[in-house]
Amino acid sequence: MGQRLETFYDVIRRRGVSRRSFLKFCSLTAASLGLGPTMAARMAEAMETKPRIPVIWLHGLECTCCTESFIRSAHPLVADVLLSMISLDYDDTIMAAAGHQAEAILDETLKEHYGNYILAVEGNPPLAEDGVFCIPGGEPFVNKLKRMSAGASAVIAWGSCASWGCVQAAKPNPTQATPIHKVITDKPVIKVPGCPPIAEVMTGVVTYMLTFGTLPELDRQGRPKMFYSQRIHDKCYRRPHFDAGQFVEEWDDEGARKGYCLYKMGCKGPTTYNACSSVQWNEGVSWPVKSGHGCLGCSEEDFWDKGSFYSRLETIEGFGVEGTADEIGIAAAGAVGAGIAAHAAASAVKRIVQKPTTHDRRPQDGSGTGDHA
Amino acid sequence: MSAYTSKEALKEVEALGARQASIYVYEAPVRLWHWVNALAMTVLAVTGWFIASPLPSVPGEASANFLMGTIRFVHFAAGYVLAIGFLGRIYWAFVGNRHARQIFYVPVWDAQWWREIVFEAKWYAFLERDPKKYVGHNPLAHFAMFSVFVTTTVFMIVTGFALYAEGTGMDSWQYALFGWVIALFGDTYSIHTWHHVGMWVLVIFVMVHVYAAIREDIMSRQTMISTMVNGLRSYKDDQP
Repeated sequence: MGQRLETFYDVIRRRGVSRRSFLKFCSLTAASLGLGPTMAARMAEAMETKPRIPVIWLHGLECTCCTESFIRSAHPLVADVLLSMISLDYDDTIMAAAGHQAEAILDETLKEHYGNYILAVEGNPPLAEDGVFCIPGGEPFVNKLKRMSAGASAVIAWGSCASWGCVQAAKPNPTQATPIHKVITDKPVIKVPGCPPIAEVMTGVVTYMLTFGTLPELDRQGRPKMFYSQRIHDKCYRRPHFDAGQFVEEWDDEGARKGYCLYKMGCKGPTTYNACSSVQWNEGVSWPVKSGHGCLGCSEEDFWDKGSFYSRLETIEGFGVEGTADEIGIAAAGAVGAGIAAHAAASAVKRIVQKPTTHDRRPQDGSGTGDHA
Repeated sequence: MSAYTSKEALKEVEALGARQASIYVYEAPVRLWHWVNALAMTVLAVTGWFIASPLPSVPGEASANFLMGTIRFVHFAAGYVLAIGFLGRIYWAFVGNRHARQIFYVPVWDAQWWREIVFEAKWYAFLERDPKKYVGHNPLAHFAMFSVFVTTTVFMIVTGFALYAEGTGMDSWQYALFGWVIALFGDTYSIHTWHHVGMWVLVIFVMVHVYAAIREDIMSRQTMISTMVNGLRSYKDDQP
């Protein structure tokens, strides 16, 4: 890696575009945007001086499905992102360097670009036993994460592992896998949850940060609003069947063939914030509901600990046996109803056996011979 | 025997010799709120049940049906009625009589109040022969009203609006006011679950409430059910 950061202009030249064509492009773009004549020069200058931002991509406790998703991005094409837009200096899964040569890049980045690089984290650090359950490059991942986050301008949490903890943090979480925002507390962490996140969402977040030089607007949980502000349910193409009251009742019934709503089959679309129903997967080929299966809610916190994928209610522990809210509610209401019936019976008995007292109205039964004063 | 006329009735009443005095306990807004709230809760419980466990699928084109949409609309409308009614009830706690304030706080610092809770518990456990007289809620009922009814209702309004904000979106005032609930629970799936639990708490509350009101109307020394109709608490005897 060179001392000086490559600019966009450098990349454009490297890819065989002449300076004449580059200036023409700037003029044409300025003209087509309706900007003044001086803007073409300013655009050219920006392209010549704006450096490609270095990105360090770390892998902790994870399955690499985020990377698998990322490299399938079509809009923008992942090759454009990697080769033109960002300077992906370190990503142990897809980088050419290996061993000490690769690890040396981390130290170099800390030294050269301190405060200027984006740290993208796939997976999370297990904290139990001083982090021995995840040791990439001979170093506990938690240490590596803290070391590299110190000099990062922003941190991206790729996927549900980095954002929420995901499967390795499922109860009882033996390795104490911990989402990265609980380890990195002094920097903004952009959560891009999903197992994996949608490829275009990942590249979209990166593109936004490069284009505008700022973080995308985040919601209360730290997710980019542009991709995570609506539920699967809100943009689901089967939503009209939900509103009409037409549901798949069994996996092989008429409703399933007609593409009715999967709500009764435990679809988590109504409680899952993600862009699957609008962006879809694999260049818009399909997505879970489109292929006939309900949403699992993989981008939601602790989705694996919330009971069946095929239930509309999570199981609640702590009642001896696990049950859903409705099962527990019906049992409790039944017990209280039985208690009320028994109490009413006992009250009736009390009323029959207890002798009338002075305050009791019963002697005044209309005969006019009561013992009231 | 002569015909039973008002003259005859008056003789009976005079023979009673009691001061038929009653106290105006529940002012009209409180009574109106009580019954509107009861209706809203019933509608909310039923429609809520069918939102969580929908009816069997309807046949025909999706565009020709709006069953689930209607059920949800009724649920949301009833939710607004309950929430606005509750706000009105809080307002009346400030401007109404002292009994209008009772359910919104519990005098936990008052030892006598705790002793009478124990007394009332013993009355319900058949360990006391005769009940005491009260004008508003007896201490045990007061405790239940605050700790079960008021708190659960607030919980249901807050979680209900947080879930409603999911549909209205992040730019809505519902999200601005109640979006923090979603962040607090972590995800809305959990809010759905606890909204269910809250519904069952209220169902059980209503069962006990209705039973206790009927039982007290029969066995206590004051009127119960009619008080929530005409606002008057009447007493069956002149004893202390």
